[in-house]
Amino acid sequence: MKSMNSQAPEKVDQQTPSVGQPCTHNDSASHDLSIRVRDLNLWYGNEQALSNINIDLFQNNVTALIGPSGCGKSTFLRCLNRMNDLIPSVSITGLVEMDGRDVNAAKMDEVALRKRVGMVFQKPNPFPKSIYENVAYAPRMHDLVSRKPEEDELVEKALRDAGLWEEVKDKLQQPGTSLSGGQQQRLCIARAIAVQPDVILMDEPTSALDPISTATIEDLMDRLKSQFTIITVTHNMQQAARVSDYTAFFHLGEIIEYNDTKSIFSNPATQKAEDYITGRYG
Amino acid sequence: MSDSFEKISQQLERRHRKSARLKYMSMGALALAASFLLIFFADMLNKGLPAFQQAMVNIEVNYSEEASRSGRAAIDRDLSDIVSRSVVRVIPLDMRNDPSLLGTTEQRWVLASGEVDQYLKGNLVRLDDEDKEIIDRLVESGKVEMQFNTGFFSRGDSKMPELAGIMSAVVGTVMTMIVTLAIAFPIGVMTAVYLEEFAADNRLTQLIEININNLAAIPSILFGLLGLAIFINFFGVPRSTPLVGGMTLALMTLPVIIISTRTALRSVPDSIRHAAFGVGCSRWQVVRDHVLPLAMPGIMTGSIIGLAQAMGETAPLIIVGMVAFIPDVTASFTDAATVMPAQVFTWANEPDRAFVEKTAGGIIVLLAVLISLNASAVMLRKKFERRW
Amino acid sequence: MLINNPFLIFCGVLMLLGVMAFFTARKKATQVRASGTAMFSQPDQYAWFAVVATAGPAILLSALGAFVMLLLGADIPTFSLLLASLVLAAIGLAVGMTLVRANFHARQAIERVIRWVLAGAATVSILTTLGILISIVGQALNFFQMHSFWEFITGTTWAPGNSFLMAAGRGEGASGGAEFGSVPLFAGTFFITAIAMAVAVPVGLLSAIYMGEYAPRRVRAVAKPMLEVLAGIPTVVYGFFAAITVAPFIVRVADSIGLDASFNNALAPGIVMGIMIIPFISSLSDDVINAVPDSMRQGSLALGMTKGETIRDVVVPAALPGIISASLLGMSRALGETMIVVMAAGMRPNLTINPLEEMTTVTVRIVAAMTGDLEFDSAETLSAFALGLVLFVVTLALNLVSVIMIRRFREKYRVNNL
Repeated sequence: MKSMNSQAPEKVDQQTPSVGQPCTHNDSASHDLSIRVRDLNLWYGNEQALSNINIDLFQNNVTALIGPSGCGKSTFLRCLNRMNDLIPSVSITGLVEMDGRDVNAAKMDEVALRKRVGMVFQKPNPFPKSIYENVAYAPRMHDLVSRKPEEDELVEKALRDAGLWEEVKDKLQQPGTSLSGGQQQRLCIARAIAVQPDVILMDEPTSALDPISTATIEDLMDRLKSQFTIITVTHNMQQAARVSDYTAFFHLGEIIEYNDTKSIFSNPATQKAEDYITGRYG
Repeated sequence: MSDSFEKISQQLERRHRKSARLKYMSMGALALAASFLLIFFADMLNKGLPAFQQAMVNIEVNYSEEASRSGRAAIDRDLSDIVSRSVVRVIPLDMRNDPSLLGTTEQRWVLASGEVDQYLKGNLVRLDDEDKEIIDRLVESGKVEMQFNTGFFSRGDSKMPELAGIMSAVVGTVMTMIVTLAIAFPIGVMTAVYLEEFAADNRLTQLIEININNLAAIPSILFGLLGLAIFINFFGVPRSTPLVGGMTLALMTLPVIIISTRTALRSVPDSIRHAAFGVGCSRWQVVRDHVLPLAMPGIMTGSIIGLAQAMGETAPLIIVGMVAFIPDVTASFTDAATVMPAQVFTWANEPDRAFVEKTAGGIIVLLAVLISLNASAVMLRKKFERRW
Repeated sequence: MLINNPFLIFCGVLMLLGVMAFFTARKKATQVRASGTAMFSQPDQYAWFAVVATAGPAILLSALGAFVMLLLGADIPTFSLLLASLVLAAIGLAVGMTLVRANFHARQAIERVIRWVLAGAATVSILTTLGILISIVGQALNFFQMHSFWEFITGTTWAPGNSFLMAAGRGEGASGGAEFGSVPLFAGTFFITAIAMAVAVPVGLLSAIYMGEYAPRRVRAVAKPMLEVLAGIPTVVYGFFAAITVAPFIVRVADSIGLDASFNNALAPGIVMGIMIIPFISSLSDDVINAVPDSMRQGSLALGMTKGETIRDVVVPAALPGIISASLLGMSRALGETMIVVMAAGMRPNLTINPLEEMTTVTVRIVAAMTGDLEFDSAETLSAFALGLVLFVVTLALNLVSVIMIRRFREKYRVNNL
């Protein structure tokens, strides 16, 4: 199994020089590298949660991370913007490279990293502020806007991009917590895109939502990928098939298979992925 | 593509500095609180530890005929300012009680006067140079020395600093606390049991709950006014006694006991109650045989904390007259008494500088008792802590 | 002692009757059982029921009698009252015995009694509040009959000194008499409270922030009990510290920069009171900050906010209701604090905003009025109750607002341990 580790199947290996690159060509998708991960290992105390992760993540795509629960997909996602720093017992080895820089290097400012790699969480977590403030807060702190009209414009754009503007434009001063669950999650997405990051990480963004809100968010992901690189963790196989361009299958802390979504769902290369995708376990 | 890491990091510098500032400020605040505590304890120890030492002087007591009339005659005239007046005063008494003393002499250690004590502790005194010389000589010859002040723990209050002790206050505190606990513990536990296990959640119980929370935050001096107006003036409970003080403090301690008992009862899981109901216990039997025993450690912890709080309370006791000059150990719940914090207050008001160290000494004793009480509560909680 | 003797005899006889009731009832129940009749309850339960039937009414009657005597001033001889109670106890015993029969639910009867006793205990706390209200309001009304309420709340001169002359029937001589204008007292109280809050809120809140957000576990394990020690120090001790150490220090410092400070300056009690209140604010704020969900912090950090910005702009605003509630509780503590100001603040009412001057507070005047050798119904003594009433109302309002704020916070984040 180790040799399979997320690498492309042998027959196409020569076409794809880099280790984590998916095997088949996906014509519709871009192939500009966004984040490169090499030999990433992560431990919670003495317990290894990720082992030898190698993967290349591409710009302006939706990459879905799937796998049974506890397989390390969320942990991996949180490595990409160093949210794991918040857990004292975590230790990490290996390379996570973005823009030619090692994300885990001591010199790397994790705040600067998170400015470029935004995140949307499983449960919507709007700040206890007004809807407007929820969106305007971060850009203001990052000096992305200097004047009030500029700020208004940015808030409106972010809310429009998140597909929330029409619903909230008349109640921008109401608290963010007054919205429904699906609206709150879109508010959190608006909040993330208002910072104008390169990458948006989404940690099961629809798992706490009803089907209609889920569909709205999925549409949103599809639209947003023209501006951002989206990496999403999902439990929902159909969702991965619907929204993502690439899919990585995690199992017990390893990437078993990484391929463009069409191939992985129609013709999984490994037995485990096939079993999982066809619902034999999970 | 947004700005590069370098550019963002550059912009971030100022924000990081601000963020670090908050961290250091908050750390500083905690350090400030800690240093308050340190300064406070150092100050109290510095001022109070001398109180546990007392200057004693070795004199020859001459039980002459004249001494049976005036004690001053029994001792060397040079030493009359150096020996405590209390010693001189009791010599004729001793002689009356034991006539065989007449005509004998005796070499013994007696209390030095407060002034001598203060002089030897390096404080400013009103002694004249002649007396100071005598003292210095006596010190050199080993006739005056500092000894452990047992009297501080065995005597009651006195206007003479060398004679003042904390014993009557300790006894008064114990008696007052007995009254307080005897009232507050049963009523508090019963109230909590009623609210937690019996009462329906209606307007009345909500009112009682709000009322209890409010009682816990009412200024203590108002409880004193209640004690004065209701207990003393209306029910005729005698003033200044452990009885009225204990009753007043009991009402203050009640909310503490109720609140902690309720927490303890609530932490007993419902599964235990259901199991007991399942084997046919009545509600009261469930509470008596299953819930209360399991909640007991929590109840005890809360009660000890409440007791410690009541033990340090002074303001309401001033109002019910428990700040009194009590030289003798109180014998009954209906006699005038004082308590440790009230004794501290009384001494703090004494103009004589020698009482400063007495006050601080009393504070050290009081704090030692309170801290050991609280520590035992913490230990109790640790020992019986149980996660369901 | 004369009262005590019949009382002791009463208790003894009652106890004897109770013991008798217990054993005879149990014997009877056991016999009934032995004869083969099935009974609703256990023999012990019948026995306890008999005890309750014997002692309950008797104690109630004697308590009622005593209360009527005290309240209505009716003159019931103690002896006959106690005798009547004992007779009632005997009747109760007889009734209790006849009820020892198979079809009587002794257990249910006992439990009903227990329930009532427990409910009775629960009313004690209400009675305490009522007692405080009645005692304070009653005497305060007496006071307001002597002096106008308007003058009390707007007057700027507090000079009760002449009132004892009036009480002694020599009021004509002291023209003008006493003045009870409470404004300087309340000004002093609020001023010293403001100093205390200026110390306690920043230090307490920042300490809570450090403990909740930054401190390594080991520091936390030391810091929490340390702050609890600060809370456990008796106020009289703080008062001594303020008067003997802090006040002279302030005078020296003021002197060295050319300012004139009184030894009873308002700064010393204010600062020390602030130290006393730090743990109240820090411990509740710490709980509240810990209750702010972590998802909130992560949401902010994931946007590229620094830790400081996250705390300042997200955590603290989210915890604000709890922090305000803690501060209000601390403020109510400070307003009602007595010993520190009695020992370290002045006695002289003084309307000033110079913290180096002497100032007095409401609680100081209450203590002063209560410790003098005055008749209980002299104007000065009664004025203490009027001051107490205002203090009660103000602290009550603060406490209620605080409770409402914390409840709102609890509902918002669904935390139950606050």
